Amino acid sequence: MKRKVITACFIIVCFLLQSTVFSVLQFASIRPNLMIILTSAFGFMRGRKTGMAVGFASGLLMDVCWGGVLGFYTLIFTVIGYLNGSFKRLFFDEDIKLPLGLIAGSELAYGLTVYVCFFMMRGDFRFGHYLIHVVMPELVYTILVTIILYQVILHINRKLEAEEQRSASRFV
Amino acid sequence: MKIRNQNTIPSKYVLLILVIVCGILLGAERFLDGGGPLSWIANYTIVPMQRGISYAGTWMSDVSDNFATLSDLRKENEQLQERVDQLTIDNTRLNQEQYELERLQELYKLDQNYGDYEKVGAHVIATGGTNWFSTFTIDKGSNDGIREDMNVLAGSGLAGIVTEVGPNYAQVRSVIDDESNLSGMVLSTSDLCIVRGDLTLMEDGRIRFENLPNNDNEIEVGEQVVTSHISSTYLQGLFIGYISEINVDSNNLTRSGYITPAVDFTNLQEVLVITKTKADLTAEDDAQEEGE
Repeated sequence: MKRKVITACFIIVCFLLQSTVFSVLQFASIRPNLMIILTSAFGFMRGRKTGMAVGFASGLLMDVCWGGVLGFYTLIFTVIGYLNGSFKRLFFDEDIKLPLGLIAGSELAYGLTVYVCFFMMRGDFRFGHYLIHVVMPELVYTILVTIILYQVILHINRKLEAEEQRSASRFV
Repeated sequence: MKIRNQNTIPSKYVLLILVIVCGILLGAERFLDGGGPLSWIANYTIVPMQRGISYAGTWMSDVSDNFATLSDLRKENEQLQERVDQLTIDNTRLNQEQYELERLQELYKLDQNYGDYEKVGAHVIATGGTNWFSTFTIDKGSNDGIREDMNVLAGSGLAGIVTEVGPNYAQVRSVIDDESNLSGMVLSTSDLCIVRGDLTLMEDGRIRFENLPNNDNEIEVGEQVVTSHISSTYLQGLFIGYISEINVDSNNLTRSGYITPAVDFTNLQEVLVITKTKADLTAEDDAQEEGE
């Protein structure tokens, strides 16, 4: 229960940061994508179901609050959460390479999907330009933010896990 | 250990269910009209928080502005004083022309004045969080009389159009957004063109215009572009921006180029929403004509 509340808080706080604070902290009109970090991190830390749940919740929030087509971000983020959850077996706390790689991969997949669905479908084939001016800068900025945000998520996850183990052993 | 439920559904079925839910949402979009009950929930949970953060941010930037030095302020004051003098002179001249215009309009029985739309002020409380689209949220919604397709101004220029309305918030798509497309008019020659936002130009803060007829009218860099009379959603005569580059297209029939918008989209805080839509105006006109 406590874990669910904390996860919900994470989603809401990241969403608020993304839509208010980071619109001021833009570099060359590019902002990082906190929701990807969150979905991806919860995916490979906690498994497929949590990844899907977090992806679904944050995608729905984005769909409702940022306009556009309802269900689009929800779909992308749910799938991203699920795929990241498949890497739970490979995940170790100390290793930062796998998280960074997975988050970068998710970010790239997200960028490409948005391009294909909203730009290529309208007959806009300047893929190279979008790749260099939107997708890659966003990826780099997201990775930079990941290094900080990921530590926070990891730390809280560790604490929660320790607590859960303690309360579980009490019932033996 | 806690006894765990052994009959949990495998995660791939959960994925399947969620994907189907998303599919239903995508299909229901046209009946729900932008979120439906979900946007109502967001209105009372997320929007107040965004409002709080944006007010705190505004307060903080106000505080840091207070530390501007006295000499800077003096210098600025001098400049502004000069500006006021210049504008007073202009204003007198324009007033004279205004009287003349009114007289002539009376002669021609043209009394529509496009400058005087009724407006309502609103704060920008959040932006769309993606790098692909340029939208923002304002803190007024259907409770304050905001409706879809209302035009939004910032300062003197056109900022965008309302695309989605909740009880206490509204989504605005700015004119630099890639999906924005409107009919413009060069003020000096009354030539029509199409003004469209472009993601590749968004970082330079420019927008593109196209299909301007390549006729004898000479149009120079720096001329003003306003919204035209043929748009179905944008009101006539709203200032879009200045032409910053103009080229003849290779077909020799049309001209295209770039416009620098009058609005600085990187730092939008307050906007004005015009409380009449183009549909209202045309409906009024039709009613009048029927009455006559």
